[in-house]
Amino acid sequence: MAADATTPPARPHALRRFLDSDLGWSFRRSPTAVLGALLLAILVISAFAAPLFAPQDPYDLSQLFVDKAELPPVWVQGGEWPFILGTDPQGRDMLSAILYGTRVSLAIGLASVAAAMAIGVSIGLVAGFFGGRTDMLLMRFADTVLSIPTLLVAILVSAIFRGLLPAGIRDNFSAVILIGAIALTGWVQYARTVRASTMVERRREYVLAARIIGVSAARIMRRHILPNTLTPVLVAATLNLGLAILSEATLSFLGVGMPVTRPSLGTLIRIGNQYLFSGSWWVVVFPALQLGLIVLAVNLIGDWLRDALNPKLR
Amino acid sequence: MSMKRNLLAAVAALSMLAGGVAEAKTLKWGAGREIASLDPYSFGETFTLSVLNHVYEGLVRYTGDLKIEPALAESWETVSPTVWRFHLRKGVKFHNGNAFTADDVVASLERVTHPTSPLKGNLPAYKSATKVDDFTVDIEVNGPYPLLLNDLTNIYILDKEWMVANDALLPTDSGKGVENYATRNTNGTGPFKIESRRADAQTVFVVNKDWWDKPVHNIDRIEFTPITSSATRVAAMLSGEIDFTNLAPLQDLPRLTASPDVKVLQSNELRTVYMVFNMKDKLVESDVTDKNPFKDKRVRQALYQAIDADAVQKRVMRGLSRTTGSLVAPAIPGYVPELDKRPPFDLDGAKKLLAEAGYPNGFSFLMNCNNDSLVNEEELCQAVASMWSRAGLKPNLSIAPRAQQTPKRVKGEFDVITFGWATEPMIDTYSLLVQVLHSKSGSAGVFNWAGWGDPRIDELTDKGGVELDPKKRIPMMTEALKIAKDEIMFIPMHQQPMAWAIRSGSVDVMVQSPDNKPRLWLAKVK
Amino acid sequence: MLAFLVKRLAEAVGVMLAVALIAFTIFRFVGDPVELMLNEQASQQQRDELRERLGLNRSVPEQYFAFVANAARGDFGISYRNQQDVFPLIAERFPATFELVIVATVLSLLIGLPLGVYTAVHRKSFLAQTLQFLSVLGVSLPSFAVGILLILVFSVTLGWLPAFGRGEVVKFGWWSTGLLTKSGLTALVLPAVTLSFFQITLVMRLVRAEMLEVMRADFIRFARARGLSEPAVQFRHALRNCLMPVITVTGLQIGNLIAFALVTETVFQWPGMGLLFVQAVSFVDIPVMAGYLMVVSAVFVAVNTLVDMTYALVDPRLRVDTVGGGHGR
Repeated sequence: MAADATTPPARPHALRRFLDSDLGWSFRRSPTAVLGALLLAILVISAFAAPLFAPQDPYDLSQLFVDKAELPPVWVQGGEWPFILGTDPQGRDMLSAILYGTRVSLAIGLASVAAAMAIGVSIGLVAGFFGGRTDMLLMRFADTVLSIPTLLVAILVSAIFRGLLPAGIRDNFSAVILIGAIALTGWVQYARTVRASTMVERRREYVLAARIIGVSAARIMRRHILPNTLTPVLVAATLNLGLAILSEATLSFLGVGMPVTRPSLGTLIRIGNQYLFSGSWWVVVFPALQLGLIVLAVNLIGDWLRDALNPKLR
Repeated sequence: MSMKRNLLAAVAALSMLAGGVAEAKTLKWGAGREIASLDPYSFGETFTLSVLNHVYEGLVRYTGDLKIEPALAESWETVSPTVWRFHLRKGVKFHNGNAFTADDVVASLERVTHPTSPLKGNLPAYKSATKVDDFTVDIEVNGPYPLLLNDLTNIYILDKEWMVANDALLPTDSGKGVENYATRNTNGTGPFKIESRRADAQTVFVVNKDWWDKPVHNIDRIEFTPITSSATRVAAMLSGEIDFTNLAPLQDLPRLTASPDVKVLQSNELRTVYMVFNMKDKLVESDVTDKNPFKDKRVRQALYQAIDADAVQKRVMRGLSRTTGSLVAPAIPGYVPELDKRPPFDLDGAKKLLAEAGYPNGFSFLMNCNNDSLVNEEELCQAVASMWSRAGLKPNLSIAPRAQQTPKRVKGEFDVITFGWATEPMIDTYSLLVQVLHSKSGSAGVFNWAGWGDPRIDELTDKGGVELDPKKRIPMMTEALKIAKDEIMFIPMHQQPMAWAIRSGSVDVMVQSPDNKPRLWLAKVK
Repeated sequence: MLAFLVKRLAEAVGVMLAVALIAFTIFRFVGDPVELMLNEQASQQQRDELRERLGLNRSVPEQYFAFVANAARGDFGISYRNQQDVFPLIAERFPATFELVIVATVLSLLIGLPLGVYTAVHRKSFLAQTLQFLSVLGVSLPSFAVGILLILVFSVTLGWLPAFGRGEVVKFGWWSTGLLTKSGLTALVLPAVTLSFFQITLVMRLVRAEMLEVMRADFIRFARARGLSEPAVQFRHALRNCLMPVITVTGLQIGNLIAFALVTETVFQWPGMGLLFVQAVSFVDIPVMAGYLMVVSAVFVAVNTLVDMTYALVDPRLRVDTVGGGHGR
């Protein structure tokens, strides 16, 4: 009860606080950041609420009718309700497919960035805090990962795991494989960032003091060092989210990503690409547009955040 | 300074050269994929072999409408039921000027049937070849075998002297990791020679002026370019960068037809597409774990009736396929129209049959499809799966490139697959019977991946395989097809469409044969 | 100094060994080439024989040692698909990819540098703001979509530029170049633009950020105080000081561009290493996949090492730092 009573007012409060802060001030003054935030909010809400209002469940094969295939958008002659953005060659409603596809793309993007961040921050903290041999080993490992281009690693990992898993399970795990493939190369940047600031932080007096009074290493890292290294990590994460979404799309476009039965935006573009010259432009144009919009929104926010949090540019 | 001038001179000379070549009659061919190698025994891939047929030839060949005619052999007879005698054409020269003789035939047959040859299976009945004189060769087969000539259309003859000189008497052995001279070099007898090759970029064929046959074609030069992306291929066709493609995507045909400069050649090929069941004791991935529902004929019947073949034909195949109830195409010996009828599409009937068989709520199963093998296979698979799910079934789709799916298919790790069979290079029902429908035994039933078959079919196939009289042989094969149909062993879908496109401004005549192989020695350019 | 060079080289070799290990161990477990190489009509016995000849039935460590020993000699075996030695197969296609990457890099510098300087100097102007916004758009568009769009406009609709391939090439020994013929140059335009699209925005944003930082530095204030003209300050002093990071990043990006070229090469049918690799992936052509991974990583590591060494030569502080207590001790 008490929690219920306090939570609702806390929200506008937090928003208020954000808008009044330095960061909020710079946010309000940046039209591109506001535009990005609004765009992203609309896209995220519509994507995750898709099951509530999408005309069709594109995952349910029995709802697809081939005789409704390749209908144009409703405003074009030959279009039909409720297929607002038309249908694909399977009779899949484009709007529903795009909304569900956005959900897949966003979820994979967020999860892979989160995974990369978790791995990278942990490794960076450990390497920076303990130094010496541990540091050297971890950083050599990071160098090795960095010596293979990201896209290549992602293609290989994706192709390999798809080959290893039994056919039936494979499709259900496609998303997990993609997340792993993208995170596997993404963590190095965070590790390096965190390691650098950890090495600075650990010689600060408050850390020395904590050590002297016998606080455990894990606790020092978590409680004291971590919060002080997070700003650059968050900026990097925001910018990487856009890249992760693009990576997923590229892999799906090359055919080593999401399967047609669980299409992401990249898969939709791959399918649509085959219809580029057939006149069914809506099959490729709408998913491509949506993909561009999401990444644009994320990048606008990331761009602003980087500049806003860079003390040198104030 | 002088270096620069030299370079400029070289560029100028080169562009003059290019100008000179452009006056020759050139055909720019944009293919759907690259050929694997220049060695005709490297890789049993139909497309590679059909391209290399412009350079190399067999003892016999198919005409444009798939009749067998003499090529490097002028005539032949059977000396005994197991020995065929071939009389070779005289005065034929290889591209390097060497004369064609019986030694070349024997060496080539030995090469193609060598244990490391991937094409060994293309000549299943071969036992030995002996030179009788310089222009006569005897080929011995394992037993009476009616289809030797059909097989030989695909076995090209290489020059023995040339192979000996370049250490290429044996086919490439991937295990040894050694490249074969014939992989990058050619020396055939065919209507064209290879002038240059950059793999994945361009292979240039030039006319062989000393060809033994009177050329029907008037082509001086073929520029073969693989363009795997179908959108790019269509773009190149529309912009005139290529004159001919043997793989025009179905969805782009209206766009290509609409262009005044492009002409689409469209027909049905020999390949018939089926849905094939796992007939082992249990399903691979299903909620029915104790038995295999597909063993019940009512279930197979239900799946057959739940497919709306009309919708598939109209939408997925864009009205271009030939819906069929037969397991072989009309042009294949053994086909009869009575076996071509399908049961009508009947969703309620299908549900009723499923309920009778004890699956009123359907069951789940694993459906394995390629996405780079049959025409619009990915779309076909999804459409059929969605029709089956409306009958209450729960197909789980697994769609991937052929390279990844084939190992699983071969091991029978599927419940349903899409499957196509063209009966090539035999062009005879026997090919389907002995390789696919026959139960696995010896060299028969190699493609019987998941335990289907019928003893009656085995018996008819074995009898037909040694019967030399077509009047007796063909009814046997039809009888076997009827049994397969009555048992609903497979669900036939259609004969695939094939579509080529040419620039009407540059191509005059193009012969499109039902086996979907370009034969440019029958073509004419403007 | 020598010690540093040796150490850096040893590290590079170590990394390459690790890559080789990864290459082998993972490739060993993908797909089954046997089914692909054999004819449709092959028997089980033929399948087993081939498996044996390919060495696929030996133990994994045995196969691994064979792989590393051969790779060190540049021998990755023979391609399952092309039946040609893998190394020449890749080498043959290397010039195509290399020219594409270099041209894209040059393009990105030619366009990215001036734009970066402009947006930094006139930070608040409308044009600079617009450019900055467009640069975000540039990094947000997937390169395959850009490629498809360019084909649609310039090849199909306008008919100005070829949609695929590399055009006519001139051979110099084993190197083939498309830069000397008209058809080669026109064929290069669309793929190079597609590949450089992302890179242009990267350079522009980097230059802008660096310029903004440098412009606040003391020596710029002094230069201004000395009464130097604004363009002289911007170009002679400021830009010069941010060229080093720009060149470093451009150098380091070359490896990434080579990898990213595989998307461009797929869309434009550009006969480079990337196209070879993509086809190898769908064919499960393991020797080619392994060879490509090794070659690209080698280029990557070589460039990184070179950049590091150049740094050490240019900036002695770094050298001491790295050799002495590089890790902050």
